[in-house]
Amino acid sequence: MDFMQLVTEGLWIVAKIAMILLPLVLAVAYTTYAERKLIGYMQMRIGPNRVGPKGWLQPIADVVKLLMKEVIVPSGANKTLFLLAPILFIAPSFAAWAVVPFDAELVLADTNAGLLYLLAMTSIAVYGVIIAGWASNSRYALIGSLRSASQIVSYEIAMGFALVGVLMAGGSMNLGDIVEAQNGSALHWFWIPLFPILVIYWISGVAETNRAPFDLPEGESEIVAGFHVEYAGMAFALFFLAEYANMILISILTALFFFGGWLNPFQGIPYLDVATDWVPGTIWLLLKAAWFLFMMIWLRATFPRYRYDQIMRLGWKVFIPVTVFWLIVLTFWIKLEWGWWFDGRGIASLGGAS
Amino acid sequence: MSKWKHYFKSYFLTELRAGLWLTWKHLFKRKVTVQFPEEQTPQSPRFRGIHALRRYPNGEERCIACKLCEAVCPAAAITIEAGPRESDGTRRTTKYEIDMFKCIYCGFCEESCPVDSIVETRIFDYHFEKRGDNILTKEQLLAIGDRYEVMIAQDKAEDAPYR
Repeated sequence: MDFMQLVTEGLWIVAKIAMILLPLVLAVAYTTYAERKLIGYMQMRIGPNRVGPKGWLQPIADVVKLLMKEVIVPSGANKTLFLLAPILFIAPSFAAWAVVPFDAELVLADTNAGLLYLLAMTSIAVYGVIIAGWASNSRYALIGSLRSASQIVSYEIAMGFALVGVLMAGGSMNLGDIVEAQNGSALHWFWIPLFPILVIYWISGVAETNRAPFDLPEGESEIVAGFHVEYAGMAFALFFLAEYANMILISILTALFFFGGWLNPFQGIPYLDVATDWVPGTIWLLLKAAWFLFMMIWLRATFPRYRYDQIMRLGWKVFIPVTVFWLIVLTFWIKLEWGWWFDGRGIASLGGAS
Repeated sequence: MSKWKHYFKSYFLTELRAGLWLTWKHLFKRKVTVQFPEEQTPQSPRFRGIHALRRYPNGEERCIACKLCEAVCPAAAITIEAGPRESDGTRRTTKYEIDMFKCIYCGFCEESCPVDSIVETRIFDYHFEKRGDNILTKEQLLAIGDRYEVMIAQDKAEDAPYR
């Protein structure tokens, strides 16, 4: 009976994983469609509109095309590593979703080290990139992967510091607790006390996912496609999928950390509060995340690519000092209990003991 | 002072926000896309598309194998061989080929032709399916001319006052 229980529990977890990943893959497909449409609109074009009504089936056609293509292994490439790299890249970007809470109780793994786990998962993806670049036996791929590695490592630090700010403000590493700490109203969310950190976290997030204007590792106009030049078919699709899954992840995390996650934005406003009470928290979370996803596409449509030394300068000489400075400000903010964000966490409420 | 202004501008992302505002406005602007097969942009009678060899109204081919087009062609896309025609001994081309991969559609062949034989029509949406199809032979060029003669004649007449 014990064994049966184990099996059913395992199956239930697999079912939950599928319930997260299947919508995620679908969301990725339609993010590419939204991206092409939005960038088209911003350039006064209309984007894809031929496959299906208004082009709605375009992502499906893209997927079918990629599935049917041959996976080419270049001569001189290290075949094992070449085929392992996309898996190494996509596995962490999917694994990170385990700790993402979609509602107060709706989370696959309610761990207390959620924030740390997320940081680990987003940084481990760089191995996939490095291995892909090295195993391809191609100069462009190697340059792309080197760029990607140094960029991810640099922005990891600023991002880590930003998450320290979130951790201080939320008083927990559990993502659910961080969101609960923002309960109250839209003005209780951490975007106000953490505003500089929010901006830096967001920009570092864009840099981490190798999105424009930080898409040097791909750099179409300089190094063709960077670390995945040599990939075709499904192996390429995995890289693509992981990049977009990371984008969605960063968007959801921004909503969770700074914009109250699944909390109703009209909370605390009379009448509107009650009128929107029926909306499930997941919808709010997804709406907030969708806005940040839109922002990523918007950034790509607006800004030209950074020069390499400028990226490094921005990461090391601007972001890290600014985050560290704001962490100090935040320390005083929390300890002196300014405003209403950190009630019961300052010196006064601890009787001056700490 | 300008240093502080610079810091202010860069830390408050002034210019980045201006850029974002611009793309935001463009998001709602009227789209200029032309849905090609259904919609087409207007064309000039001087449009230079695929080539054609014309005939006189009595059915006689215009080309007299003077080879001016071959000489003037900057891309060396035209190949002509000439000889007396067997039936009446007049000078005609035995071979007239244009390599459409070399052609740059400059229209010099049309300009140089003393008998208005080689012309460029306004047909621009055509394709080749096999290697070698890109070389148009005399027969193919004459066939294009026969097929679009009405349109070609009209375009030439429209352009004539300006020549």
